[in-house]
Amino acid sequence: MNANTIRQVHDAFDQKKLSPTELTHEYLKAAKASKHNAYITIAEERALAQAKAAEQVIARDGRVPRERLPLLGIPIGIKDLFTIDGMRTTCASKMLDNYFPPYTATVVDRLEAAGAVTLGKLNMDEFAMGGSNENSAYGPVKHPTHSDRVPGGSSGGSATAVKAGLCLAALGTDTGGSIRLPASYCGIVGMKPTYGRVSRYGLVAFASSLDQAGPMTNSVEDTARILQVMSGHDPRDSTSAPRPPGDWIGALSKTPDWKSLRVGVPKEYFVGGLTGDVEKAVQSSLKWFESKGAQLVPISLPHTEYAVAVYYVVAVCEASSNLARYDGVRFGVRPKEALEAPDLAGFYKRVRAAFGPEVKRRIILGTFALSSGYYDAYYKRACQVRRLMAQDFAKAFEQVDVIAAPVSPTTAFKLGEKTSDPLQMYLNDIFTIPVNLAGLPALSVPCGEDSQKLPIGLQLIGPAFGDEKLISIAQAFEQGRRT
Amino acid sequence: MSHPEFEAVIGLEVHCQLATDTKIFCGCPTRQADGRSVADAAVNGAVCPVCAGHPGSLPVLNKKVVEYAVRAGLATHCTINPRSVFSRKNYFYPDLPKGYQISQYDLPICEHGGLEIPLKNGETKRVSITRIHMEEDAGKNIHMEGMSLVNLNRACVPLIEIVSGPDMKSSDEAGAYLRALHAIVTHLGICDGNMQEGNFRCDANVSVMPKGSTQLGTRAEVKNVNSFRYVEKAIDHEIQRQIEVIRGGGKIVQETRLYDADKDATFSMRSKEEAHDYRYFPEPDLIPLVIEKAWIEQIRGTLPELPEQKRARLVGELGLSSYDAGVLTSTISMSNFFDQALKLADKSLAKPLANLLTGEVARLINEETKEIGDSKLRPEHLAEAVKFVAAGTISSTGAKTLITAAWKTGDAASTIVDREGLKQVSDTGALETIIDQVIAKNPGQAADFKAGKEKLLGFFVGQVMKESGGKANPTMLQDLIRKKLSSI
Repeated sequence: MNANTIRQVHDAFDQKKLSPTELTHEYLKAAKASKHNAYITIAEERALAQAKAAEQVIARDGRVPRERLPLLGIPIGIKDLFTIDGMRTTCASKMLDNYFPPYTATVVDRLEAAGAVTLGKLNMDEFAMGGSNENSAYGPVKHPTHSDRVPGGSSGGSATAVKAGLCLAALGTDTGGSIRLPASYCGIVGMKPTYGRVSRYGLVAFASSLDQAGPMTNSVEDTARILQVMSGHDPRDSTSAPRPPGDWIGALSKTPDWKSLRVGVPKEYFVGGLTGDVEKAVQSSLKWFESKGAQLVPISLPHTEYAVAVYYVVAVCEASSNLARYDGVRFGVRPKEALEAPDLAGFYKRVRAAFGPEVKRRIILGTFALSSGYYDAYYKRACQVRRLMAQDFAKAFEQVDVIAAPVSPTTAFKLGEKTSDPLQMYLNDIFTIPVNLAGLPALSVPCGEDSQKLPIGLQLIGPAFGDEKLISIAQAFEQGRRT
Repeated sequence: MSHPEFEAVIGLEVHCQLATDTKIFCGCPTRQADGRSVADAAVNGAVCPVCAGHPGSLPVLNKKVVEYAVRAGLATHCTINPRSVFSRKNYFYPDLPKGYQISQYDLPICEHGGLEIPLKNGETKRVSITRIHMEEDAGKNIHMEGMSLVNLNRACVPLIEIVSGPDMKSSDEAGAYLRALHAIVTHLGICDGNMQEGNFRCDANVSVMPKGSTQLGTRAEVKNVNSFRYVEKAIDHEIQRQIEVIRGGGKIVQETRLYDADKDATFSMRSKEEAHDYRYFPEPDLIPLVIEKAWIEQIRGTLPELPEQKRARLVGELGLSSYDAGVLTSTISMSNFFDQALKLADKSLAKPLANLLTGEVARLINEETKEIGDSKLRPEHLAEAVKFVAAGTISSTGAKTLITAAWKTGDAASTIVDREGLKQVSDTGALETIIDQVIAKNPGQAADFKAGKEKLLGFFVGQVMKESGGKANPTMLQDLIRKKLSSI
């Protein structure tokens, strides 16, 4: 299969070298044979029906109607926290082992309405809590090329599936780096749009004020093509921005004006802890920008050091509330021993044992931080610092057009390496978290490899609603570095 | 129940179900096709992913709910906050599908209002309204032998909570406040006010302190009171209970108590230690609510005449008592009924009209616990009745009979008057014949009257009334009897 971008696939469809059904079969075959544990659910029958429908459109029109159905016949995988009517949605939790939602997430609806073929639901960290995809009740996902390593998380199944050819593109979500980190570790493109550009309706919430869905793809171009379909106001989501979808595809051909481009380099992101190979790859990327004529501007984001602390207050507080509905009454599995509980409190206790340890840890932290007498010291204070962090970025973007930084201090680490030390795991998100707290757009684009051929991602961060500009710059970077 | 050395302090929290067409955070209707509440629809037949709290679903605020809350705020002289915030109230209960209720906490939509309430002694009193906030209702647990079931039809139905200051000192005042508030929300058309169905329900915060003290006592919250009468009884009970505890050397503990109407007593539901820590925080799924001033003014322009204004008009323009005016404006149906009847009669008949409504009609409403509009009585009946009385055609007792009959049958007033034989004897000749007979039968009393025992006039009027079968025109009677007796 050498057609691994949307355009290549559509060209092959047009030239009748490939049909949607053939392509879907190939991906399903690979997904089923794979040992990566990337899928939780493979929806073979449904996918083949969608592929057949795509085939009929092409047969009728003689070619792919790219304007009307821009994703026709494109096999995609969906992180298992987007709802699809009638398809099991587990969030990689035993708690939702039996959950079949009665409705479909807006983004999935939009992708399928554009002709996409949904192959199935992808593995992840339980309720998107984790950075290595080891927190899944359905087992860890393996790195696509180094099977003893993690793919990153929480959208690890999505990243591995794209890189290993188990789907052409995938949907992920990013609450503190959950798209960018696995994209970086697996060597693909992953973008978290500005908070509010993509609907959250049908995205099972981890931390509502931080969660944002985005594509994970083999190229910047595919990311733009998918966002063109996904983004735009959704009346079902009050936090979705009341704006037109934007011209993502147009941004692909908009070459940056290098002479006037100012690239911000935050000093707080180039500190000890950054491994040599990562630093080297990122510095060489910066040099490339400079070689094109862009100006590198040292900047400071002084509140960066508080990011992890702020994040682990805000996110866990929201999570403790968002996950309250899994109480075994309406949602959540109801084990036999729960039904034998002497009272309601005992019932809840036995039901909620189904959460994994990381989820429990965060629910307890969040419940504590919101409790009477602690709210001001934790949640309220965290929100205040969060605003300061957003101001840091706003100030920086008065001087620069884009910020370039590493995605993670390291490349993909070994399975089990950090599971015993949650704090080490949390610090892994240090470069991605500030972006979520500030609601900004950011993406990870491959920029090199370490000595063990493990991919390294470059993070590009834009001002709020500057998503398309990021696409232009990332596209130029990806194309320029390739040649 | 007198306890002169103590003073009670009462504040009320009233939950009003708003009469919007759809729920507060989703498009589900609040009423079935036949107009009945969805609470009575097929169990869990009136829910969607949003009100059932499905993972991934999100709330979208119903603008009509905001408009209704603003109406309530304007009618109770509140400040409408240009920016208010929804918060999550977190607690576990099976009828709460999301594990939290979306409500408003530190930034409610309305604050700092107040209400003039009419008291029984004819005076009025101002009760402050601390805040009004919007929130969603929960579902309902149904307990059966060996299991409990949950019906979510009511989940996400819009409510406003109206919180008064601790300004009331007796159950009478609390009752008057509650009635005044009920009248307002029904006049505004934002709540149907049905207390049996729980569409207008109330929790009472009650404490007592030594008379003259400025230090408020520990309060207990009495929940689950769903009629005006029960609220008054529950408060009286709670005051009495607290005084007995204090007199017995005990201490009041802060707790939530449940009123049991069957036993007519309150029972402890949970103590302060067992109280929920609701872990309020701003609802991240909803953006802060910003209300434009122009919209508030536009809503103000659509407010109907409110009970308070109407009471002032009834007292000032029509010369009614403040108490009568209070009763006449207690519900929108009573209020409209009075207006229509007055239009059909005459402004000069306002007082007798008010008397009929606050007397006979109020009695019928009470006895049959139904609204005036649910009977067969029409404004025409009232207008005719007072006109008949004014013309001397029927007596005021006859008017009551007429109203009672009309309430049941709805027949035309004149038909009822004929059928029930209510017409008064106003024919001088016929009356004189009866008077002559009565005087002839009671010569001793006649002589005493002539000797100066004026009081005996009443005796003669009564006797003649009796002889006439109650149909003699009482106003004519007095003159005729006096004339006859003096001419003996």
